[in-house]
Amino acid sequence: MKIKNMKVNRIKPGLLKNKNQLVFLAALLGLTLLGIYSFPLPATAQTEDKAEVTAIVGAKIVPVTGPVIESGSILIKDGKIVDLGTNISIPSGAKIIEAKGLIAYPGMIDSYSWLGLEEISGVRATVDNRETGRINPQVKAIEALRYDSMHIPIARANGIVAAVVAPSGGLISGQSTLVKLDGWTNREMVIKESLAMIIELPALRRGRGEFAGFRGQQPQVTTEKTLDELRQIFEKARMYEKRREAARKNILLPPPDFDEASHFLLPVVKGELPVIFSVHADKDILQTIKFVQEEKIKAIFYGVEQGFKVAKEIKEAGIPCIIGSLYSLPPVWEDGYDALFLNPVMLNQAGVKISFSSSSASAAKDLPYHAAKAAAFGLKPEEALKAVTIYPAEIFGVDKLLGSLEPGKTASIVLADGDLLELGTKIQKVFIDGKEVSLENRYTELLKKFEQREADK
Amino acid sequence: MREKIKKTGLLLSLLVFFLSSASWLLAGGDLLIKNATILTVTGNTIPNGDVLVINGVIKQIGQNLTAPAGVRIIEANGRYLMPGIIDTHTHIALSGTNEGTDAVTPEVTMAEVVNADDTSIFTALSGGVTMVHTMHGSANVIGGTNVVLKLKWGKPSEELIVKEAYPTLKFALGENVKQSNRTLLPGRPQRYPATRMGANALIRSELMRAKDYMAAWDRYEQLKKSKNPPANLLPPRKDLRLETLADLLRGKLIARCHAYVAPEMIEFLNLSREFGFKIGAFEHAWEAYKITNELKAAGVGISVFIDSWAYKMEAAEGIAYNAAYCTQKGILVSINSDSGERIRRLFNEAGKAVKYGLTQDEALKLITINAAKQLGVDRLVGSIEVGKQADLALFSQHPMSAYTRCEMTIIEGDVYFDREALLKERAAASTKKGGLL
Repeated sequence: MKIKNMKVNRIKPGLLKNKNQLVFLAALLGLTLLGIYSFPLPATAQTEDKAEVTAIVGAKIVPVTGPVIESGSILIKDGKIVDLGTNISIPSGAKIIEAKGLIAYPGMIDSYSWLGLEEISGVRATVDNRETGRINPQVKAIEALRYDSMHIPIARANGIVAAVVAPSGGLISGQSTLVKLDGWTNREMVIKESLAMIIELPALRRGRGEFAGFRGQQPQVTTEKTLDELRQIFEKARMYEKRREAARKNILLPPPDFDEASHFLLPVVKGELPVIFSVHADKDILQTIKFVQEEKIKAIFYGVEQGFKVAKEIKEAGIPCIIGSLYSLPPVWEDGYDALFLNPVMLNQAGVKISFSSSSASAAKDLPYHAAKAAAFGLKPEEALKAVTIYPAEIFGVDKLLGSLEPGKTASIVLADGDLLELGTKIQKVFIDGKEVSLENRYTELLKKFEQREADK
Repeated sequence: MREKIKKTGLLLSLLVFFLSSASWLLAGGDLLIKNATILTVTGNTIPNGDVLVINGVIKQIGQNLTAPAGVRIIEANGRYLMPGIIDTHTHIALSGTNEGTDAVTPEVTMAEVVNADDTSIFTALSGGVTMVHTMHGSANVIGGTNVVLKLKWGKPSEELIVKEAYPTLKFALGENVKQSNRTLLPGRPQRYPATRMGANALIRSELMRAKDYMAAWDRYEQLKKSKNPPANLLPPRKDLRLETLADLLRGKLIARCHAYVAPEMIEFLNLSREFGFKIGAFEHAWEAYKITNELKAAGVGISVFIDSWAYKMEAAEGIAYNAAYCTQKGILVSINSDSGERIRRLFNEAGKAVKYGLTQDEALKLITINAAKQLGVDRLVGSIEVGKQADLALFSQHPMSAYTRCEMTIIEGDVYFDREALLKERAAASTKKGGLL
C-alpha cells in the first residue's frame, strides 16, 4: 500500500479537488462582483480597473506567426495579450508604453541551458547540474534551480524570457524543467515542472584544436550498446509496473521492492514524459530513431551535430531537434569547417522542426547569436527567429502560452531597438506574463558601481 | 651524354630552386579586389572601392582601378573588406603550451615549438584571422617568450613567424599560478606560490636575481676592460633563465601579463615601476574597468574576452562592458580568443561591444589596429592603407553584424581561405563515391 502512495499519478486527484474548489471560489467571486456591479462604482475603483490594461503603442510588431505590423499597438491585460494590430482602440486609463522606434518581439526561449544550476563553472560549490552515477531519473532540475542566479537577469536583458534547464552527465541525467526567467522562488518560475527526461548517449569524438574543452567527453561505449542497456532499463521499469499492477489487483501477490530508477522512468516508458536524447553522429541518430519507435516513447533530439546527414529520416520520424551550441568545432573534421553552421540550415530545409540553445549558463544570453550564425550560413532570418520563439514553444508543448505575439498568449514581450538576433541590438524593455521586469543585472550593477569612481573625483 | 643530362638536370634543379626561392624572397601575391565596401579602420569607409595589391603590399586604394596584365581580380560585389583580424592571445599552432613543471620558466621559447600543421590555423583563417600572438600558457608565474605568427597555412613554421613584432614574455597571476583549481595528487606538495602574495613575491625575487646577474656581468666586463684585470677573473656563469629576465629589464622584452582581478594588476604595475620594465598588455584583465585611472596613467592596454566569464572565481566580476568602457576611458583594448574555436568568431565577439556602448567602427578596431598596436606591428598591418601588407578579410555583410560570414582571407596578397572555392571542391568531391557532403 505504501508503494501505491508513491505513485506519481497520485497528485492528480488532489489537483482535481483543487480545481473543484477553484470553480466554486470563482463562482462565488463572480456573484460577489455582480453584486458590486449593481451599485455605482467609486471613481478610484474605475481607474484602477482600467489601469490593469497596459498598451504598448507605436511599435513595429513582429508577431512571428503572422505578418509584420509596421506600426501598431499591443494590449495587455491579466498577463495576457488581449489584442494587437494597427487600429486598436486603447482604453482610457490604460498604462501607455510609448514604443516608437522600437520593435516588439515575442520573448525568446532557450531550448537547453543550465541556468540556475551553474554559477561559476570552475567552483564546484556553485555547480549543481551534474549528479554522480549514471542512472538518475529521480533528480529534478527544478529542485536545485537557483532562482536568483546572476546569469538569469543577464539572459533576460538579452530578450530571453524562458529556458529549459537540463541536468547533465551519466546516461540518464535527470528531469529537465521549463521555467520563465522571472520569479522570487524557483517554484514561481515554473512553466513545466518536469519537461523531459535527459538521456545522454555517447559523444562524438571531440573537435580538434580546442584549447580548453573542459566539457569534452570521450565515448567509452558505443551508442548501440548504450541503447541496449536502455532497452533493459526500460523493460525493467515496465515489468516493475506490471508487478505492481498485479499486486494491486491481487492481495496474495507481494508488491515488488521499491526500485527508484524504474519508478521514475514510468512516465517515460508510458509515453507521457518526453525524453531529450543527447545524440550526435548520423548512425547513432538512426539507431536512436529506431529505439524511440520500438519503445513507443516521445522523443526530442539534442545536439544532432551530424543530423544533416540523416535529415530525411529525422523528418520522417517526426522528431524535433534542439541544436547544440554553435560555439564549437565540428566533431568530425571531414564534415567541413562549417558543418555545425550548415546543420540547422539543412535540417530546417528538410522540414525538421529545429530550435536553438545556448547550452550554457554564463553564456545563455548568447542564444540569439547562435540562431543568427545559422542565418549567416543560409537559414532564412524568419526561420532563425522562429527557432528561438515559436518552434521551441511547439516542441515543448507551450505554444498556447509562448512563442509568438497573438491574442490569448501570455504577454512575454521584448522591445528592442533593432533586429532581435543582432549583436549590437539593445533590449529596452522586457515583459514576462504582462509584468515589466527589471533589466538590471550583474553587469550593469558593477558598471554603475565603478562608474561612480569617476563621478567621485 | 649522361654527363650532359646530369649537368642539365643540375642546372634545371638549380634554376627551379632559384626561381622558387626568388619568388619566396619577393613574397606575397598580386591581386585586385573590386567593388568592395572597404572598412579601412584608420580612415573613412569607402563604398564601392578597389584595392590593388602588388607583391603582397597594398599599392593603391580607390575607384575604377585597373590591374596589370595577369593579376587576379576578385569581384567583391559590395561585400565588406576589412584588414585581416589579429588575435592578441592564443595558443594555437604550438606543440606545447605550458612548461608547468616550475613556477618560473622564462628560458622556454614558443618560437621553437611552432606547429604549422595545426588545423587551428585553417579554423582561424575561416574566421578572417591572419595574425596571432601565440603564447606560453598561464601555468607559471613567469612563462616563456611568445611568438607572433601569420597564418600562412601550408607554409613551413619559420615562414609564419613575424620578426618585426615586439618580443614578449608571458607572466601569469591569480588562480592558475596558485593552482587553486587543481586537485593535488596524494603525496605531492603544493607548488609555490599558492597565493597572490607568493606570486608577486616570486616575481620580485626573480627580478632581483636578474639584477644581480646583470651587475655580475657588468662587473666582469668592467674588470676585463680595466688596465690590470685580476689574474683569476672568470666570467659569471651563463643562466638562460636570468638572461631572459635581464632582457626584460634591459627593455629588449615586453611583459604580457595574464591577470584577472584589480589588485594583482595594480601590483604588477608597481613591479614594473619598481624594476623599470615595460608591460605590453594585461591579458584577460576582467577587472580592468575598476582601475581605468591606473591603467591609463601607466599607458598599459588590455587584451580581453568580450563576455566569456564566470568560469572561475576570479572571472566572476567580469562584465561584458569591460572592453567598451575601458575603450571609452582611453585604454588600448583588443579582443582575444584564447581558444582554437573562439578564434573563428572573433569578429562576432568584437561585434558584441556595440551592444555595450561602442560604435561599429570602434568595435572593429578591437580586433585590427588596436591589436596591431599591442603587438608592435601597426606600421605593417591592422588597417587598409597604401604601403601596408595586404592582410585582408572579405565578409558577406558588415563584420560586426551577427549575420555575417567570412568569405575570403588573404595574407600578403595570397588567398589562404576562399569559401567559394572550397564549396566548389566540396561539390566536386561529393559527386565522387564516398564524397563528403
